[in-house]
Amino acid sequence: MASDLKRTPLYEEHLKLGGKIIPFAGFEMPVQYPAGVSAEHQAVREHAGLFDVSHMGEFLLEGERAAEFVDYLVANDISRRESWQATYCVMCNEQGGVVDDLLVYKFPDRFRLVVNAANMEKDFDWVSRCLERFGPDGVELVNESDAIALLALQGPDSEAILTPLSELDPSTLGYYRFAESRVAGEPCVVSRTGYTGEDGFELYCGPDSAAKLWNALLEAGGERIHPVGLGARDTLRLEAGLALYGSDIDDETTPLEAGLGWTVKLDKGEFVGRDALLAQKEKGLKRKLCGFVLESRGFPRPGYEIRCGGEAVGTVRSGTFGPTLGQGIGTGYLLPELAKPGTELEIVIRQVPNAGEVVKMPFYKEGSVKR
Amino acid sequence: MAESKVPDNLLYTEEHEYVMKVGDDEIVVGITDWAQGELSDVVFVELPEVGSSFARMEAFGTIEAVKAVSELYTPAGGDVVAVNEALGDDPALVNRDPYGDGWMVRLRVNDTTELDGLLSPDNYKALISA
Repeated sequence: MASDLKRTPLYEEHLKLGGKIIPFAGFEMPVQYPAGVSAEHQAVREHAGLFDVSHMGEFLLEGERAAEFVDYLVANDISRRESWQATYCVMCNEQGGVVDDLLVYKFPDRFRLVVNAANMEKDFDWVSRCLERFGPDGVELVNESDAIALLALQGPDSEAILTPLSELDPSTLGYYRFAESRVAGEPCVVSRTGYTGEDGFELYCGPDSAAKLWNALLEAGGERIHPVGLGARDTLRLEAGLALYGSDIDDETTPLEAGLGWTVKLDKGEFVGRDALLAQKEKGLKRKLCGFVLESRGFPRPGYEIRCGGEAVGTVRSGTFGPTLGQGIGTGYLLPELAKPGTELEIVIRQVPNAGEVVKMPFYKEGSVKR
Repeated sequence: MAESKVPDNLLYTEEHEYVMKVGDDEIVVGITDWAQGELSDVVFVELPEVGSSFARMEAFGTIEAVKAVSELYTPAGGDVVAVNEALGDDPALVNRDPYGDGWMVRLRVNDTTELDGLLSPDNYKALISA
């Protein structure tokens, strides 16, 4: 393994559990444990799973103009949020393309931005440049990524597993709310968020607390909890219809095209990319991100051609076998007239067109997530 | 993770298939324990028609796992005399019993000297531990 890859504070725990380690976004991360992707996926749907997502990046923004700057940076409206609320956002470039999707945590005195690991450097440069343009006085930006570990406890049994370990009663925490507390005696931020379509929590802690927290949760969960790797993280998020940066969204796609218009508040005032998004909205979209399912037993993979009536109309962005659904699922950008549930498509798998159809996302709608 | 099984009575390819000689000119082909572990969770195996013919190193089938797809290649040219129909209902047999119930095709080989270049168990062990 190349020596320039980073390790999370839980690397040794992954090895002890038999995790299969792969390079991902500059980190050595577990893609799966011996139970395998399907068993890990089902564990999260039925009971609980524990993920190490410490590779994610965290930026701190504070200072008297930090609130104003956050609303200049992201397309969602953070000014209308209360303290102790987390918000899913995109930050856009001047053309309206997505620089990254992120969570913004609004603390009473500061903000935490949680960004994709693969984009960490790009994002830090971008936020720094935006801050330059905004005027850096009164805003402090710090990359705290190396000082914060992140565990995700996901699945319908998450609350029951967390409760006996947590000082805070997790049942008092609403969806996309967070609090500072202690879990297994370790100080952490407990957030009712996730990336699986299930109820669950994300726990931010110091690197030295991570292993203790990880093992306490596995012990408390017993038979009900599995460690879960990146493989099942991807199948879970795709079944739940959640976008993945680099696959479903990127610098060239806008949030309006990607079905993330609900995170774009064009009426909130100036923010980066607003003019381009406003113009796109007025002119109408030329393509929309759609979900599709395959009727046959083939499975779509990124890069496969999408056809409609024999004609090439797009490319698969995300694609996998959906373990809970038991069929092939995927996403791709299609012309608006095709982007309707029921449109018949063909996905070309090894030169053979396989019949499929556009469906409304999420693919999996029965998740335990409390909205 | 548990060490992969490499039975002594089989031959192997660099594409992580095993070859079991059956009688004078027939072979049973599947993927190795190491390969099934790397793929994880096989969810679909596309196999050829019985009676179809393949040249050596031609793709004759595909294995779809949850997160990966892998082609199967014939270790020697020949005709397909049987395929493992049970994989249609239960593709995970490949994970549970790769050298037994998870076999894939049985081929009648045209030229058995094509099997001479296959890897011995020791050479295959060296390949997967490299």
